[in-house]
Formats: sequence, C-alpha cells, structure tokens
Amino acid sequence: MSIKKISKTQPSTFVFDKDNLREAEKEIKKYPKTRKASAVISLLYLVQKQNNNWIPLAAIKYIAKILEMPYIKVYEVSTFYSMFNLSPVGKYFVQVCTTTPCMIRGAKKIVDACKKNISRSQNELSINNLCSWIEVECLGACVNAPMMQINQDYFEDLDEKKAEEIILKLLKDEFPSPGSARNRKSNAPEKGKTSLLEVKNA
Amino acid sequence: MLRDEDRIFKNLYNDLGWEIDSAIERGDWSNTGDIISKGREWIIKEVKESELRGRGGAGFPTGLKLSFAPKELGSRPHYLVINADESEPGTCKDRDILRFEPHKLIEGCLITSYAVNAHICYIYIRGEYYREGQRLQSAINQAYEKNFLGKNAFNSGWDLDIYIHYGAGAYICGEETALLESLEGKKGHPRLKPPFPALVGLYGCPTIVNNVETISIIPTILKRGAKWFASLGKPKNTGTKIFCISGNVNNPCNVEEEMGIPLKDLIEKHAGGVVGGWGNLQAVIPGGSSMPLLPKSICETITMDFDSLIKAKSGLGTAGVVVINKDQDIIKCMARIAKFYKHESCGQCTPCREGCGWMWRMLERMSEGESTYKEIDLLYDVTKQIEGHTICAFGEGASWPIQGLLRHFRKEIEKRSHDEPIIKKKNNIPYLIDQHLLEEDNA
Repeated sequence: MSIKKISKTQPSTFVFDKDNLREAEKEIKKYPKTRKASAVISLLYLVQKQNNNWIPLAAIKYIAKILEMPYIKVYEVSTFYSMFNLSPVGKYFVQVCTTTPCMIRGAKKIVDACKKNISRSQNELSINNLCSWIEVECLGACVNAPMMQINQDYFEDLDEKKAEEIILKLLKDEFPSPGSARNRKSNAPEKGKTSLLEVKNA
Repeated sequence: MLRDEDRIFKNLYNDLGWEIDSAIERGDWSNTGDIISKGREWIIKEVKESELRGRGGAGFPTGLKLSFAPKELGSRPHYLVINADESEPGTCKDRDILRFEPHKLIEGCLITSYAVNAHICYIYIRGEYYREGQRLQSAINQAYEKNFLGKNAFNSGWDLDIYIHYGAGAYICGEETALLESLEGKKGHPRLKPPFPALVGLYGCPTIVNNVETISIIPTILKRGAKWFASLGKPKNTGTKIFCISGNVNNPCNVEEEMGIPLKDLIEKHAGGVVGGWGNLQAVIPGGSSMPLLPKSICETITMDFDSLIKAKSGLGTAGVVVINKDQDIIKCMARIAKFYKHESCGQCTPCREGCGWMWRMLERMSEGESTYKEIDLLYDVTKQIEGHTICAFGEGASWPIQGLLRHFRKEIEKRSHDEPIIKKKNNIPYLIDQHLLEEDNA
C-alpha cells in the first residue's frame, strides 16, 4: 500500500459542473438502481477531471451524498486506489513505470530525466507549477519498455534523450504526441514481423 | 511454428483495422446467431471439448467454469464479468485485444452471456488503460448500431447490455472476488471462498468472471470447432496463446503461438534472441512476475505450457515472458518484484501485508551485500509463512518468485553475504523501518 498525503489546503465546497453532472448520471445508470455505490470510482475520476487532477475532501463528501454512501466509505475508496490524488499534482502528471521489465530496460534513466528536469523528488511540482512526476508500478506495456504515462496517454520505447525531449515540451505547456518514441508499430517486433506475414481481410 | 491461418488474433498488430467492418471481413460476427441457436448445452459442451484453459493465469478449465452457473434463471439475475484488469508485470496481451480486436471480445461476451444466462455484462478495465477503454467503448457503440447488442442482439432473441467499468490502479483487483468488491464500489479486498462467485458473486448474484483473452477465443472455437482447437498444442494444454516477450531481448514483441512451443524458439525466432546472445542469458520469468524464474539450464529445453512449467516448479501464468541477461543483477530484479508486491498488497491479511515488506527489505539488503548467511534461510521461512496463509492467491504470487530465486540463485546471494550482521558495524542504516516513516510528516 502506498502512503497518501492529504492536502493541507482544501477548498471549502465542491460541486460538479453541468457536463460532469450529466456524465455522473450516465455512470450511475450503468448499475442497478439499488447499487449506486458501484459508480464511486467513475465519479471520483470525474472529480479529478474537473479539479486539476486531484480530489479535495469536499468532493468526497459531495460524492457520498450523491451516491447515498457513508462519507468514510468514499474516503476509503479514494485512499485505497493509487490513481486518486488527494493533493495537487501538476497539470501534466508524469508516471514512470519502474517495475522489473521496465527496470531492466533502463527505467532508471527516465527517472533521472524527471529528477533533472521536473523536480528533485516525487510528487513535487516543477518550478513553473505545470508538471509533477511519480514512480509507479507496472503499467502493462512491458513489451514497449521503458515507458511512462502522462495524464491518460502512454509514451513508449523511450530512452533518456526522448524522455527529456518530452518533458521539456511539457514544461513549455505543449503536449507531445503519444505512442512509441521510435515510431514503432504497436507491439509488433521492431525489426520485422515473424508472424501474420500475409494476412489480409478475407 | 503456428501457421498464420490457425492464428486467432489476425489483427494483433493492427495491420487491418479494428472497426466493425474490417472485423466482419475477418470473420467476426459471421454466424453468431446460428451458434446461439444451437443452445447453451452445445456451447458449453464444445468449450469443454476444446479443453480451453483460462488465460488469466490460473489455467482453470473454461468449460467447467461456465457450467458452474445455475442452469435456470432464479429470482436473482446472472452476471458476466470480464477481467481486463491486466497488471501482472511482464503482461500486455489484453491491451492489444482491447485496442485491436475489440469485436472478438464483444462477440465472445454475447455468446458467453447467453451460455450463462446473463443479460448484463461488465468489463472491468484497469484505470490506466483509459485510451484502450475508449476504443472498446467505440467498438461497443458500433455493435449497438448494428443491433449486435441490446434488445434481441443479433436476432438471437437474447438481450445483452455491456458496460465498461474502470478500475483505479490496484493490482489486487485482478483477483476475481476483489474485482467484484471493486465493482460494487468498495475497496478491492478479496472475499473468502466458498461461496464461489458462480453462486454468490456480484451483488450476491451468480457471476462468471473470465479473462479477456479467454472470452475472445471462444467465438473462434465455436466457429472452427472444438476439434480444431484441441488439435493445436498439447493434450490438456490446447490451443494458441498470446506470449508477451519483454526484457533483454533484441525484438520485444507480442506474438500468438501454439501452446507448448519451446521457450528457446519463442525467444530466438520471435523476439530476435537474447541481448548479447543465448550464452548471455541469465534467467527467464516465464509467466508474469508471480511465477518463479527459470535458470538458463532449464530454459534450454522447457516448453511453454501449463503442465510442463508446473513440473519445472514454475507456471505459465499469463505467459508474460521476461528475459533477464547476465548484465542484470538478478537479486536486484527480484527485489524490485518484491517491492511491487509490497506496494500492491491490499492489507487485508497480516502475513501478506507485513511479510511482503519484510521480503522486500531483506532482498534489498541481500542485493547490497549487507545480509548474513542465516538470513537466507530466514527469508525462505518468511515466504513459507505467507504462502497458503492468506485469503487470496496474492500470498503465493508474492512468495513464489522469491522461492524461485532462492532455489536457483542461492549461491549468488551467499557470495554477497557475511557472518556478522552489518548492524554491528554501522548502526545508522534504517533496516527495520520503511523509508517513508523517516519523513517527519508521516511519523
């Protein structure tokens, strides 16, 4: 389990804007009427979307009210799952995978690039407050290791230089194009396919 | 080597396009209505005869699992839940199915839902796969437009709705009962079994939980026949499997191959060989991080299927092959895996919650050469105390890789160990506490 720090400065209220309220209703409808609680994860995501990537305590109370759950149950969920941020992170939130498959292909160099260009330690905002980074566990793109995730997009097949280029772009408030840094096609072997050589749509 | 025509996932590399039209050209959604009209018993019988084993890691016979659902619909609805919470280090096969072959999955959902009497299907995708989830959602929308889903789906007389549910970054939610808890809006704490989900699952109703790959294979089995599927691979280990080859290889890739392919062929033919040549190979993790590693001597001859890997005291797991060459520090690699388990333990059972941290700290110490000889046996003892003493299989998953390390690389650890504990020389090393507790804020 990871330690979650709850932000010391908290907004006093939180409500969904119109769009997100509609989204929230759509999410709740996915589940049986008496099982509204199922939508708690989706609603927490909506909070993160609306509130610069992090969840204030007021929002947890607000969601508890919408879903008719005890406050503590929503609090439990938001602290249990690692993708919920309970204190502010950058507009561009960089998550570097450092689990073994990425580690043996040089994830440490990507971490170093983050340390050098964004901030010295994890969860610390860059000087211009745009970026923050964190080491995470396996993101499930091991064949394209090393890789990192920025907000919702995967950046794969990185090396030190490419990672640095991406980070410098972020610091200038530009979003680089996601995917393989070497323009590799999906998960196919890079130096020529060994299977599915002659498949066509029948 | 498997012939291309026998491969199930023809669009694994997205050469052909994922949209419904190209999927139909590839043969998806071709005679789904006919298959459903043959009835539940026929579908389950056919899957049983194909000897398909679940592709999510445990290798449980799928036909048997489907037959566990109550035959008649009682007062409670049935659910089908698809496990797309792929987070095992070394594994990235489901991601490609979600991205490039979503219609195989959706068609499989329709057929399986019918077979287990479910009108609602939830697909639980890990939160990080947001883009993949969006892709799947557009594929689902395409299927709704063509009336392949919804009321009277594919004119089969069966109603089915599919919903996507995102997880939020918890490895443990790949365990089926933790996944159900998470789906109900709780923390992902695994449930005690029995009762099994097939009788008491989601919202207390009968629920069948299956992996993405398993469900995506089912339509092809039913179309080409159980005999065709059973003719591939080995007896009891039939069919094809997507292997993810990562780590120190020249050409890391995903590839669909026959079960029982020699590991050496997989690495040499498909992944371009080990970096530095086969002689530079140190060890291979054959099935995702939970499975014990294999040293080079075993890698020479081992075949990749459930039973032969179990004989070698490892397992096929999810078939995420992680190749480690001699340039890597094997103890460090395993210490990182132990850290992964420490981070992902859900905290419900004490042996696992505390033990995973112990194992990680001991391995870190061993890799730094700060351990004593005695500690090697102590570490083995800790793994044995966790294994089998937890509610779910996470305990096994966390201790097996370390047992594998001790079994095959004990000499490596001994080389770095001492007689005297290092604490006698330096007493300012914070061995026994987590680093984060040193920060004043957290103390």
